[in-house]
Amino acid sequence: MPGPNRRAMGAQKPKNLKGTMFRLISYLKPYKGRMIAVILCIITQSIANIFATSLLDPLLKGLAATADSDVSLTGIAALDNLALSPDIGNKMSYLFIMVALIAAIYIVVLAVNYALNRILIGISTSTMKKLRTDLFQHMQQLPIKVFDTTTHGELMTRYTNDIDMMNEFIARCIPQFISSTITITGVFVIMFIKSWELSLVMVGMLVLMFLIVKFIGGRSKTNFVAQQAAVGKLNGYIEEMTEGQKVVKAFNHEDKSIAEFAKINTHWQEVSTRANSYANIMGPIMNNLSHFFYAGIAVIGAVIAVTTTRKNPLDYVGIIAVFLLYIRNITMPIQQIAQQINLLFMAVAGGERVFALMDTPVEVDDGYVTLVYANIDEEGNITESETRTGRWAWKHPHTDGTVTYTELKGDVRFENVTFGYEENKTVLHNVSLFAHPGQKIAFVGSTGAGKTTITNLINRFYDVPDGKIRYDGININKIKKADLRRSLAMVLQDTHLFTGTVMDNIRYGRLDATDEECIEAAKSANAHQFIMHLPEGYQTMLTRDGENLSQGQRQLLAIARAAVADPPVLILDEATSSIDTRTEWLIEKGMDALMEGRTTFVIAHRLSTVRNSDAIMVLEHGVIIERGNHDDLIKQRGKYYQLYTGMFELS
Amino acid sequence: MIRKLLKGAKGYAVPSIFTVVLVMLETALEVFLPLFMSSILNTMQLFASGEALTSNLIYLDFSTGEIVTKLAGTAFVDSAILLNTVYTYGILMIISAILSLTFGALAGHLCAVAGAGFSKNMRGYLFEKIQSFSFANVDKFSTASLVTRSTTDVNYAQQSFMMIIRTVVRAPAMLIFSTIMAFINQPDMAWVFIVAIPALGLVMGLLATRVHPLFKSMFKKYDAMNASVQEDLVAIRVVKAFVREDYEEHKYRQATEDVRQAQLKAEKLMILMNPLTSSIMYGTIVALLLIGGADIANGKIQSGTLTAMMSYCTQILMSVMMICFIAVQLVMSRASIDRIYEVLETESDIKDGQNDKTVGSGSIDFVNVDFSYSNNGENLTLENIDLHIASGETVGIIGGTGVGKSSLVQLIPRFYDVYDGQILVDGTDVRDYSLFNLREGVSMVLQKNVLFSGTIRENLLWGNENATQEEIEAACKAACAHDFITSFPDGYETDLGQGGVNVSGGQKQRLCIARALLKKPKIMILDDSTSAVDTATDAQIRKGLKELSKDMTTIIIAQRISSVENCDKIVVLDNGKINAIGTHEKLLKTNSIYQEVYNSQQKGTVEQGGDN
Repeated sequence: MPGPNRRAMGAQKPKNLKGTMFRLISYLKPYKGRMIAVILCIITQSIANIFATSLLDPLLKGLAATADSDVSLTGIAALDNLALSPDIGNKMSYLFIMVALIAAIYIVVLAVNYALNRILIGISTSTMKKLRTDLFQHMQQLPIKVFDTTTHGELMTRYTNDIDMMNEFIARCIPQFISSTITITGVFVIMFIKSWELSLVMVGMLVLMFLIVKFIGGRSKTNFVAQQAAVGKLNGYIEEMTEGQKVVKAFNHEDKSIAEFAKINTHWQEVSTRANSYANIMGPIMNNLSHFFYAGIAVIGAVIAVTTTRKNPLDYVGIIAVFLLYIRNITMPIQQIAQQINLLFMAVAGGERVFALMDTPVEVDDGYVTLVYANIDEEGNITESETRTGRWAWKHPHTDGTVTYTELKGDVRFENVTFGYEENKTVLHNVSLFAHPGQKIAFVGSTGAGKTTITNLINRFYDVPDGKIRYDGININKIKKADLRRSLAMVLQDTHLFTGTVMDNIRYGRLDATDEECIEAAKSANAHQFIMHLPEGYQTMLTRDGENLSQGQRQLLAIARAAVADPPVLILDEATSSIDTRTEWLIEKGMDALMEGRTTFVIAHRLSTVRNSDAIMVLEHGVIIERGNHDDLIKQRGKYYQLYTGMFELS
Repeated sequence: MIRKLLKGAKGYAVPSIFTVVLVMLETALEVFLPLFMSSILNTMQLFASGEALTSNLIYLDFSTGEIVTKLAGTAFVDSAILLNTVYTYGILMIISAILSLTFGALAGHLCAVAGAGFSKNMRGYLFEKIQSFSFANVDKFSTASLVTRSTTDVNYAQQSFMMIIRTVVRAPAMLIFSTIMAFINQPDMAWVFIVAIPALGLVMGLLATRVHPLFKSMFKKYDAMNASVQEDLVAIRVVKAFVREDYEEHKYRQATEDVRQAQLKAEKLMILMNPLTSSIMYGTIVALLLIGGADIANGKIQSGTLTAMMSYCTQILMSVMMICFIAVQLVMSRASIDRIYEVLETESDIKDGQNDKTVGSGSIDFVNVDFSYSNNGENLTLENIDLHIASGETVGIIGGTGVGKSSLVQLIPRFYDVYDGQILVDGTDVRDYSLFNLREGVSMVLQKNVLFSGTIRENLLWGNENATQEEIEAACKAACAHDFITSFPDGYETDLGQGGVNVSGGQKQRLCIARALLKKPKIMILDDSTSAVDTATDAQIRKGLKELSKDMTTIIIAQRISSVENCDKIVVLDNGKINAIGTHEKLLKTNSIYQEVYNSQQKGTVEQGGDN
């Protein structure tokens, strides 16, 4: 569907890498102090690791050195003298001191590592919570239009996949990047200090490694995209055929669907093999490249040691040893960065989708007329009340500072309303209608005629650009949405129950209703009886949209929910269409009780629900083509008459 | 469980076994590499210190091309020996690395081949199995769960399988090779590993068993949290209509807080893993440094040997960690594999009949039929049904929701089997027909209409893949579908989209009827198949059916009296039993249920045309 929302939310690739990343990082602002601690920990850890490795060189050299060797070790004279002493006892002391030092550094590394992770999980779990609640809070304020034009699956992905990816970014990408960068820089600095020639060799090798990673990574990525498409097709087919399995059987179509599946399955196999081959080859390549580095450094090092005139070739042995150890230290973080980059892109893409939803404009509400409890005396004077009185009034503040009250009666008028969900496609044409307080107004017409649109407009799920709908004489665009909706109750075709007890579900209509009031409402909706038959009565838990109840029972609960809300205006949108006629009888009584004394808008599939309405509107293509009560319409012998008598005439 | 996994590798045994072998070779080479490395380092060191060889040295003399052996204690390393040694072992290293790379890459490729093959097999087995399932089997598993098993669970199983063939051998092989090499090299240092290996295994095992339930409970809370979003999304109109945004937000906030706390609890334990395992690793390195360092000081070994031991240390302990990791992974994927096998080991509870008779006439007899979905006598959905339907008759079935109307007709093409009694079609028990022949003769339009992605024509051809355009059009005309089909720009070639999303409910129903008609069945069953169609069209369809095939037996389940009132007979079903059988006129006079339904509809229950 074309529309600004759809376009903004359908983004797949990160478009604004920097912006999204900064925005994500801005979520860490409240934890500035702790983040600095984390970074310090990472720096300490990386430096300590490098330091521990660099101690190995003087240790090994010192132990191997003879008394007359001229080598530089730790640079601390007292220690060096121990190592160079001919006395074996002194050498042992040197060994113990150095190993103790290394052990001490290891202990620091472990402690810092724990502290770092401990702080980090605190930050990441809290940040995720904040992100989720922010997203949810924002999403709930979005106009219905967004929900109508975006699939649930699409929105759900934001909460599951996308936020999880963002968590990876905060909990893994950021620390890993910092630590890898520090390690790589640190190791390089030391390498260059030790031997610039070998360092250059190393740089050359790393460039080679990078190029190979890039090449294979790119191949792997295109193949993974292809695999993703194949998986989509495969899963789609499985879903379709499993869901339609009964039809497959009814048509003896099993063999054909199996053959078709085999084709799709084999295609997936080919693509997937290719994609995974590239991914699997990466590991051995990276692993063995470091062996090439080993050999290369050793050979070149030896040649340098022998051919160049060095003061002491022994120095070089130590240097080579350290280099070889560093090879592992440096290839690991490079591999990690290579892996993290993919993760980073996915996290940023996820972040982009989440932020796009967060940036979707919320429902505009310029309303300032509010709904209040009212006391109304005999002369019709209205005073505001703190507590529920059973009467309501619209509180209307004016620009001059005065406040007027209008009694809530339930008088609804449409004055030449023209409306379309999209600019160039009108759904309602020039609709005018009025409902006096307590009247029952029905809408009849085929799907797409605009019946539901009318109710969408009454409760301002969608707004009519200019004020052509009046509620008790007030332009509804001036009424605060929340207050407007509180004055209406809706019973929809799809009932939608929530996880919780039966009582909770009824109380959803009015949160401060007592148990007695809920039970009273259930009784009036004719729901009490079946509820008492449930295993735990009103305390029975309902799960997954009330899956353990029948359609009729769910509908009765929805009616009870509306009854407990006790609003002056009621909207029944196809409330009984999925119930058979005999069950409808049971509900009808509940419905009648509910409708009494309230302005009611009824959209119905069955004309029986509509018959006793004060006015029936027959809609066709967004135009009211007939209106009047049942008898009038029958007399008119128009569309309504045709519909009503259709079965006798045609069969 | 391994046995179950292996079953899926059928036809991919060669790549699977080769993966294992290649990984083993790769591992062996990796173990040799530190050895070459230490030879180079030791020689360099001796060259530098000017000492005599402490162990035998074998190398290739590049100037003469001979293999030279220098015995310990007799020779000194000069620069020629040094260079030759470094070249020899450097080249050996590179050759090993090339081989190792080749083996590794090949193993990676073959592993992908085997993994994808495994997955393909598993999915194929599942798909065939599910296609063979009876309705009762499908009901038992539920469609959603079957889909999850064929997609997500197979995926997990594939990951486990690939990991097994790559690492289940690699990690223990690495462990064993490295330990052996360490012992051959330096037995007096290698005992350190004997302490370190079990300690590491123990720590990881203990931690994993503690952490696992915490994560499980976290995932449960996580699911609950997402379920609450889903619920809110689906019911957003209700939420907004009752102005419950704040209430929902409060609920969700609570759910996210639960997740946060559960995650914190699990992660707090989890982050101990790294320091604990690392401390064992570091402890081992420190021990090696002390022992090896003393040996170096005493001149017993060169520093190259110690460096080699340290690489063995990393390899050995890494492989222990890998083994623990695999163990955890296998435990986690076990649930998936069990779920897959639960499906594979379920036998369809409807067995094919032996008789190769085809359905000749459309007469149907229910003889004392009892039926229960749970297949026990306690909870009968249908009880004591006796009903004779003559060939060519049109029979209506009326009754409230849940009285057993659909159950009754689904017994005819054996979607379910009777609990007691028997059903005869054309005089033969339905259980004696082959399912193929029976279902060829009986066409049924199910209550839940399903169309498949593809064009209208492709969907219609399900009824009869050899149908001509004339036959298709005749069926569509009878089902009142021809007119709306031709009103589409692409006509019969219109793409329906997945699940037929591009047509309205009433159009879908009519396409389903046309599809069923193309089978030219002897018996046609319409299970509430015209509910979304207006009364006029409904009547026209019934007329069309009769015109298309006069001698076809037709059973119509309906909510509307108007749909059945012209039937030869009407069955009133109540509470799983036949309440009355008769014509419209007779029932109207004698049957109270029928009268009630009729009266409720007389008040004005004419259903509105959905799409006309």
